[in-house]
Order: sequence, then C-alpha cells, then structure tokens
Amino acid sequence: MSEIMFWEALRRAHDEEMTRDPLVICMGEDIGVAGGTYKATNGLYDKFGEERVIDTPISEGGYTGLGIGASFVGVRPIIEIMSVNFAWLAMDQIFNTAAKVRYMSGGQLEAPIVVRSPGGTAHQLGAQHSARMEKVFMGVAGLRVVTPSNPRQAYGLLKSAVRCNDPVFINEHELMYNMKGEVPDEEYFMPLEGSEVAREGADVTLFGYNISVHWCLAAAETLASKHGINAEVIDLFSLSPLDRDGIKASVSKTHRAVIVEEAEPAVGVGSEVMAIINEECFFELDAPPVRVSAENVPIPYNHKLEKMAIPTAQHVVDAVLKQLGLS
Amino acid sequence: MKAADKKRVLKEMLFARRFEERCYEAYVERKIGGFLHLYSGEEACAYGVLEAAKPGHDYVMTSYRDHIHAIKSGVSPKAVMAELFAKETGCCKGLGGSMHIFGTEQRFMGGYALVGGPFPLAAGIAKGIKLKGGDEICICFLGDAANNQGVFHESLNMAKVWGLPVLYVCENNLYGIGTRIERSTAVVDQYKRVAAYDIPSAQVDGQDLDTVYDAAKIAVDHVRSGKGPYFLELMTYRYRGHSMSDSNAYRTKEEEQIWNERDPLNILRDRLVEAGEITTDEYKKWDTEIIAEIEDDIIKFAEDSPEPSAELLHKYVLAENDPWVNGGAK
Repeated sequence: MSEIMFWEALRRAHDEEMTRDPLVICMGEDIGVAGGTYKATNGLYDKFGEERVIDTPISEGGYTGLGIGASFVGVRPIIEIMSVNFAWLAMDQIFNTAAKVRYMSGGQLEAPIVVRSPGGTAHQLGAQHSARMEKVFMGVAGLRVVTPSNPRQAYGLLKSAVRCNDPVFINEHELMYNMKGEVPDEEYFMPLEGSEVAREGADVTLFGYNISVHWCLAAAETLASKHGINAEVIDLFSLSPLDRDGIKASVSKTHRAVIVEEAEPAVGVGSEVMAIINEECFFELDAPPVRVSAENVPIPYNHKLEKMAIPTAQHVVDAVLKQLGLS
Repeated sequence: MKAADKKRVLKEMLFARRFEERCYEAYVERKIGGFLHLYSGEEACAYGVLEAAKPGHDYVMTSYRDHIHAIKSGVSPKAVMAELFAKETGCCKGLGGSMHIFGTEQRFMGGYALVGGPFPLAAGIAKGIKLKGGDEICICFLGDAANNQGVFHESLNMAKVWGLPVLYVCENNLYGIGTRIERSTAVVDQYKRVAAYDIPSAQVDGQDLDTVYDAAKIAVDHVRSGKGPYFLELMTYRYRGHSMSDSNAYRTKEEEQIWNERDPLNILRDRLVEAGEITTDEYKKWDTEIIAEIEDDIIKFAEDSPEPSAELLHKYVLAENDPWVNGGAK
C-alpha cells in the first residue's frame, strides 16, 4: 500500500492500461501537452504521443462521439470531459448512441468507452460550473455510472471500466483530486457494481457516494462521540445499477436510513434509494427514511450563499437526531 | 466504369427501387411500423459512391434512410426486410427497425436516427483505422439538413486537424424534413461550407451514376491515399416524403415533375440502351423478375419469420457475463 493523491491514482490507472493495450487512448481538453486540468493524464503525452493522448478542440459532442465511433472498431477511449457541466453538450452521443447501440443493433455493436468528468460545487465557480449531474446519467438504460470516494476506488474503478464492454460514466469531484489515500501497490480492480461498508454501525445507516461519503463519515464520528449513536456508512460507489442487496442488508440491520447527496433532491440518488428501501425492506424500517440534499437552487456565486446551498456533516447529524426523536 | 458493371449496377438500382416501393406498400398494410424513410430517387448516390469504394472492407454508415446503403454494403435484403417486419430473423433481431439497420460483418456500421449523429462516429471509426494502420476508409452518407447541426462543424474540424480517413457524402435532396434548403440554410451549396475547414470538396449531379462514380473515385482515392477527409455533395431528390407520415404538401407538382424526368434509373437505362448494352425488353424482364423475387423470396421470408422471443427484451442492455463488472476474473 502507498498513500497517493486521487489524481495520482487516476494517472497510474491511465498509464498502466495504456501500457498494456495500444488501443487504449485518452482524449479531452488540455489533457496532453498541458497535462490535464486535474493532472489525471500528467506526463502521458510525452510517454504515448499525440495519437494516443489527444488534445481535443472544445467540442464536447464532437469528441465524445468520435470516441464512441473509435470504440466501434476496437479502440478503448478514456474521454475526459473537463467539467460535468460541459457534458450536457455530449448527451446526444452518450445517451442516443453509446447507451443504445448494442441494443438497437441486436448485439452487433457495442461502445466500450469510459467518460470521466468532475462535477460538484467547488469554490465560487457559479451556476454553470457547479452542476451535480449523476442523477441524469443514472436514469438511462445501457449506461454504467460509478463514482469514486477515494484514491483506491478512483484507481480500481477506472482499471475495470476501461476493460468492461459497457459504456461507463465515472463521476468525479472537483474538490477531491488532491485527496490522499491508500492504494494497493499491485494491480487492483474494483467491481463496477455493488457498495462498500465504509463504517460499520448498528443504529442508523448513512448512505453516501463520492464526496458525501466523507460528510457521512464525519457525521458518524460526531454521532458516536457526542451522542452515543453508532451509525453505519454505506458507500454507493455504483450509482447505476444501485446495489439493492447492499441497501437492503444494511437497512435490515439498522432499521433507519438517511441518504446524503450533494445534488438537488428531485429525481436523485436519495429518491431512488428510498424507492429501493420501499420495495425491498419497507417493514424493516423503524422510522421514515430521510434525505439530506442540496437546496433546490442554481449554485450562487457568493461564498456564504454557496455554502448554504450544499449540505454539510452537521446537516447529517441533525437529520439523524431528528429521525431518532432526539432533537 | 465498364459497361458490364454499369449493367449490373442498373439491375441493383432497379432492385433498390422495387425494394423501397414494396416497403411503402407493406407500411400501408401495417406490416412495417414506426417511421419509414425511403430512398427512391436517390439510388445513384449510394450505388455510385460504393461502386468506387470497397464495401465490406471500407466502413459505411448513414442516418435513418438506410436500407439501401446497408444492402449495397452487403447486408442481406431478406435480413433488412425481416427487420422492418420486426422479426427475430431481422438483421437486428427486430430490436432496431427501419432507422437502425446494422450489418457489422459487412462493416455497415449502422443507421442512426439523429440527423447529424453519425458525423463524429464516422470520424471516430476513421481514427480507429488510423491507429490500427489499415487501408480502410470510413464513408458517411448524410443529408443536407444534417449540416445544420453543431457536430457537422465539430467533426469536420477534428477530421481535418487529425487527418482522418473519412469521406463525408452529402446527399442533398433539397429538403430538411419539410423545409426547403433556401429557407433553413444560409449557404445553399453545401460543398462550399467545408472550405471553412480547408477540406477538399466537390458538388456533382447525384442522379447520374457515371457522374457520381467518377467524382467518388477521386474522393475515395484522396481519402485512401492518406490525404485526410473529403466532402462530396450529390444533388438529388427523394420521390417520397421525408417519412411515411409526410404528405409532401410543401413541394409543387411542377418541381416533382422536373425531378421525375431526371430519374437515375431511366438516365442509366437509356444510356445503356443507346449504347446497345441492353434492350428495353431485357430491362422489363429484369423488373418482372425482381418484383417476383421480392414477393416470393424476401417478403415471404419476412412474413413467415417468428417474432422475437420475450427474453430478447433484456438481452442487449448491458454486456453479458463481463468479468470486469466483478472486478476481473480473479
């Protein structure tokens, strides 16, 4: 095990997969000569050259579609969309083609692409650079959606996503690229389905993914130290498909659920997890499940208002106390 | 093109016409569902270009008016008709339909229902060819109206910057759905628009097979020789509406008459009759044989084929038994 940063984990996965297979390429804005906005491809241009580490024009629909077309003939593109806000421009290609081509061709053609893109609110980036779009990708059949919460997952999910024959969207976070964490020194592959128990507990389950896992863990510490409540934290690293069995198992153990998401509440991870709880283990519940979500607003520029729009660990603590009738 | 080849292609084009017109009837009979876009009137475009290329070796793709491009690429007409009839023997097992014909064994890479969707896909296939070092090219047939979508510009720009072996063929039939090109498009001559990307281009009569073939030969040679993309505009006309749900009310009888007189089959047939290569009787005999073949062989196959089994509903959504879904085989 070595402690490395999130961007270093991504860079290592790119490097290993490109070394293994000459048909693995990466493409995106500023990923080559400039080394990548988040350094996920730093140094790879010099190592693999401009045919395989492709600096694209600012044409998200165009280069995403180009990557999909290349995948039809055996190429394995890792497409970086610099900000998930720009991914709206690539939706036609991702949804209409990548997600559907195997189905509508009767199994003749598939689009084994990886699209990596960071979303989330960072520091005063304003309404059009602060989107949280995982809910949009989750709603379309034929697409896998995963979201790493630490460097180990970032490395292992990218390694498996490149080799999987399905199109995979990897939802990253603007604020997490410098996060440190342990990553195995040997090759390591994450499953693309399932969830992880980030903290074992017995009294309530906190469901998080990506950055909200860290809010859940911080809240669990506070709940334990100040209130004597033993919270379990489930890391939903796969958002599509969601881990029905894992959700059921934890709720059946704790009998309480709080779902924590950075996005607006409507039609999101929280509502979907609640629906699964209803379908799978409603009679295990001791209290109605609760969502902790962003305010239903575009993200404001002003720093104070921006902070108010997004949940914190304290919101999670408050939600648990209220659910338990302690506040 | 040699006389014998022209004769063969004329017969293929006649087959294409009869195939599409029989689709029209089957749609009226409700044997074919959904949307149906027919190619009648535009035959010289697909046949002229693909005669100059290597179908089965070169990659071909188009949008939703795709039956004939697939057939000329080598996809079995029976499999195409069965697909239109939504049968399990269809080329896409009844999951695709008229707008999504695929034949990857023949390197027909699909019909897509967003008018400009294939622009970047074709550039991507060309990128794959370049990475792998083959001598194939990718040929992408799209209509004039597709050029008003953003990916037209994005894709042509990238194809030029990266020197990709892709030939874009613009079948300019003058209408985007029901809106005439002058009313929707600032520059009516489509070949001029690619000058903005420094891509060589040409505009020729799309109703004359010989003309299309000669222009396509230049275009294909350019792309195959590694000189990057090329854009070929073919002036043509569709006899039917944009789709079957189109009454054609936006066109005049006079205009239709002018184009009927420039029918691509008649132009080639008359030329071959004049040259003594075929007789009118021989052509009529072909026609009778083709109509019988379509009825007795192709339609019958589609009619008699089974519906897809219910298990197909979930079959091709995600990869089956992909080991990496579980983090690898280990």
